[in-house]
Amino acid sequence: MDTQNSTTAPATKAGPSISKRFTQFFVDVYDVFAFIARFFKEAFVPPYEFRELIKQTWEVGVRSLLLITVTGFIVGLIFTKQSRPSLLQFGATSWIPSLVSIALMRALAPLVTALISAGRVGSSIGAEIGSMRVTEQIDAMEVSGTHPFKYLVCIRTLATTISIPILAIYNGLIAMLGGYLNVAVNEGTSFSTYIQQFFQPLGFIDFESSLIKSTIFGFTIGIVGTYKGWNSSSGTAGVGKAANSAVVTAMFLVFIEEVIIVQITGWFR
Amino acid sequence: MEKQPQSIDYNEKVISIHGLTKSFGDYHVLRGIDLDLFRKENLVVLGRSGTGKSVLIKIISGLLKADSGTVNVLGNEVTTITPQDLQQLRTRIGFSFQNSALYDSMTVRKNLEFPLVRNQRSLKRKEINEMVERVLEAVGLSQTINQMPAELSGGQRKRIGIARTLILRPEIMLYDEPTAGLDPITSMEINNLINRVQERFNTSSIIITHDLTCAKTTGDRVAMLLDGQFQRQGTFDEVFEGEDVRVKQFYDYNFIN
Repeated sequence: MDTQNSTTAPATKAGPSISKRFTQFFVDVYDVFAFIARFFKEAFVPPYEFRELIKQTWEVGVRSLLLITVTGFIVGLIFTKQSRPSLLQFGATSWIPSLVSIALMRALAPLVTALISAGRVGSSIGAEIGSMRVTEQIDAMEVSGTHPFKYLVCIRTLATTISIPILAIYNGLIAMLGGYLNVAVNEGTSFSTYIQQFFQPLGFIDFESSLIKSTIFGFTIGIVGTYKGWNSSSGTAGVGKAANSAVVTAMFLVFIEEVIIVQITGWFR
Repeated sequence: MEKQPQSIDYNEKVISIHGLTKSFGDYHVLRGIDLDLFRKENLVVLGRSGTGKSVLIKIISGLLKADSGTVNVLGNEVTTITPQDLQQLRTRIGFSFQNSALYDSMTVRKNLEFPLVRNQRSLKRKEINEMVERVLEAVGLSQTINQMPAELSGGQRKRIGIARTLILRPEIMLYDEPTAGLDPITSMEINNLINRVQERFNTSSIIITHDLTCAKTTGDRVAMLLDGQFQRQGTFDEVFEGEDVRVKQFYDYNFIN
């Protein structure tokens, strides 16, 4: 009898917990979609916060420039350096600019920019809004008849959606210079020849898909950061958790989106 | 130290609450609250920590939803109000938070301007500056205008928090633990400020506290919240002259400890 009890007890205990988690998962999914729906409902109706949008776009864009410049240059340089031995075996080193341009413009520049931004911007948005939530600053905005969702969520998400595609293009161009340094040192190719070979294999769809992809990445980073911050709780520990979770979730979603977008653009090539 | 009688209009209720209940899971915080607040009255809600005092004013301001009951504020039923009307109503209610809730990325000036420019978009820069300076002068902190919240003392933060709510000229003020964490002298300054606000801005107020000095100094009427209901209401002396052991205990502990 005792044995029977001891074997059935854990199963009964685990039952509600699993169903509770299962239900919670769908509640969370609903919350995320409701949050995104609220963004679209509030972002494009007056009152507009143009000054704050410019400020936040500046924060996201201009303050990321140094990091984007350094990483872009290094990515271009390293990618070119690592590609060389394989192409050298076939005597195809003249193809390096084309290879670099395709890799950078189609995938690396938007992806690297998004990952860096998720780390730098996503975490800071999560932490900022999270700390405002736990110190009741958002409640204070709410009770003073202002629009905290528009001011904090919509503006920051729009700022990342605007800035990250621009940063991605900039990152691609800087990476191109990094690649040129390696090509110039090894092959002595002139800058004009390198540029010509770099842009030759690229079509309109490559720029278009990169821009669309970066815009989606930017929106994802903004909305995830603001969602995690907006829903943070449990004091300062909750703020840290929100910042950390914003980075991890945004990076994960960026990779998933990359796979899906690559598939879709593949159909149009 | 005792509150001077005010010209309270007992014919006009600015807040009227009936049968209000609120639970968090199995914990029943408010169990059928009935409460009226009259024009130009300061009502102090006393009670131990965790008895639902802050929950009550958060429901009044629409930050939390009631489980049942009616909450009428300035003629608006808060439990069924539309978001747009709630937004409008909130400009007539001032909420002073326990930790002041100042926007820590903004200077004092920006903190005060924030609700003003977003609710009265037609205001000119000169008018905004004048209103900010006037309200800062009312709380006696004109010199802090360009300081960041982190540079202010606890008492100054409370006063700036009150100034930020006053800038919209609210009809009702809700104070959540206005003297919590302050030394006795600063507490008395805040109590005097609450009375000055009532006189100068003609506000009706609910003051949530467990500080009996604050209750005695600022309250025209005191209500004692115990077990999710108001057990006693009246003047400060009326509330504490009864035989209820828990009320007596609250009084004794407040002055002994």
